[in-house]
Amino acid sequence: MDANTGLFYAFAAVLLFAAFKVITARNPVHAALYLVLAFFQASALWILLKAEFLAITLVLVYVGAVMVLFLFVVMMLDINLDGMRKGFWKHFPLAAGVGALIALQMAAVLMGGFRLSEPPKSVLAVGEVAVQLSNTKELGKLLYSEYLYPLEVAAAILLVAMIAAIALTLRQRKDSKSVNPSDQIRVKSADRVRLVKMNPTLAAPEPEPAAVQVEEKKA
Amino acid sequence: MITLGHFLSLGAMLFALSVIGIFLNRKNLIVLLMAIELMLLAVNMNFVAFSYYLNDMAGQIFVFFILTVAAAESAIGLAILVLLFRNKASINVDELNTLKG
Repeated sequence: MDANTGLFYAFAAVLLFAAFKVITARNPVHAALYLVLAFFQASALWILLKAEFLAITLVLVYVGAVMVLFLFVVMMLDINLDGMRKGFWKHFPLAAGVGALIALQMAAVLMGGFRLSEPPKSVLAVGEVAVQLSNTKELGKLLYSEYLYPLEVAAAILLVAMIAAIALTLRQRKDSKSVNPSDQIRVKSADRVRLVKMNPTLAAPEPEPAAVQVEEKKA
Repeated sequence: MITLGHFLSLGAMLFALSVIGIFLNRKNLIVLLMAIELMLLAVNMNFVAFSYYLNDMAGQIFVFFILTVAAAESAIGLAILVLLFRNKASINVDELNTLKG
């Protein structure tokens, strides 16, 4: 048993434990924190598989952005947990049975069918020199040449998601003084200027005697 | 020696755990979203394992795109969740019966 085998079992055990705590934690904040632990273990496993770029992306994007978003939302909402936990363990035997069935069946098929323990050595053409690129560089070369169009689509999806999330949660403030551009364009001069008919001359109003007295007192 | 089968079994167990999570947390929308994230993680684990053992970078490219779409999905899901909480003051799935489906 070499070091990688031990590391695999250690990370896998913690990953499964964290996943179990995510689905059974009473407090959603604890569930989110256990999910962070699960992502860290998965990223360690991916490093064992020599996928460094994706492992670091998982930590940066998932732990750094998505889980922080989850924590924000969990802490922002005031959730009544008691009603939701009612009958929580009642369905556990059925759920555990279905889950164990899925896992055992798939493991039975997979452990027998996929006994690859080493990646195959890449076959080189005559005269070609084996070039060892880093995982990131290899991924980047492929992503920006062969998969350029999907990459652009992914960027568009992210833009749509951003606009959708902002548009969904945007709320007009009551004391906002912002102008509505369409109203502003549709305005006519009649709405702004009001012409009032007045007599050319007006009699000056008589000063009220009481007001005059007050003024004198002040002086 | 760790074989491809070990990683695929780990992915299967993780997937089964998140299926159990969806069973158990039928009422709590936030934990449902977290269980979906776990499912995507299990699938990604399979992709990365295949990519390593078959020496094919296409698997890792696919994981990259899955991560992108999952981030977009959770952002929109949480936005809908916040909107729902504002209107109903609850995220209990049982109370979402406005459409009478």
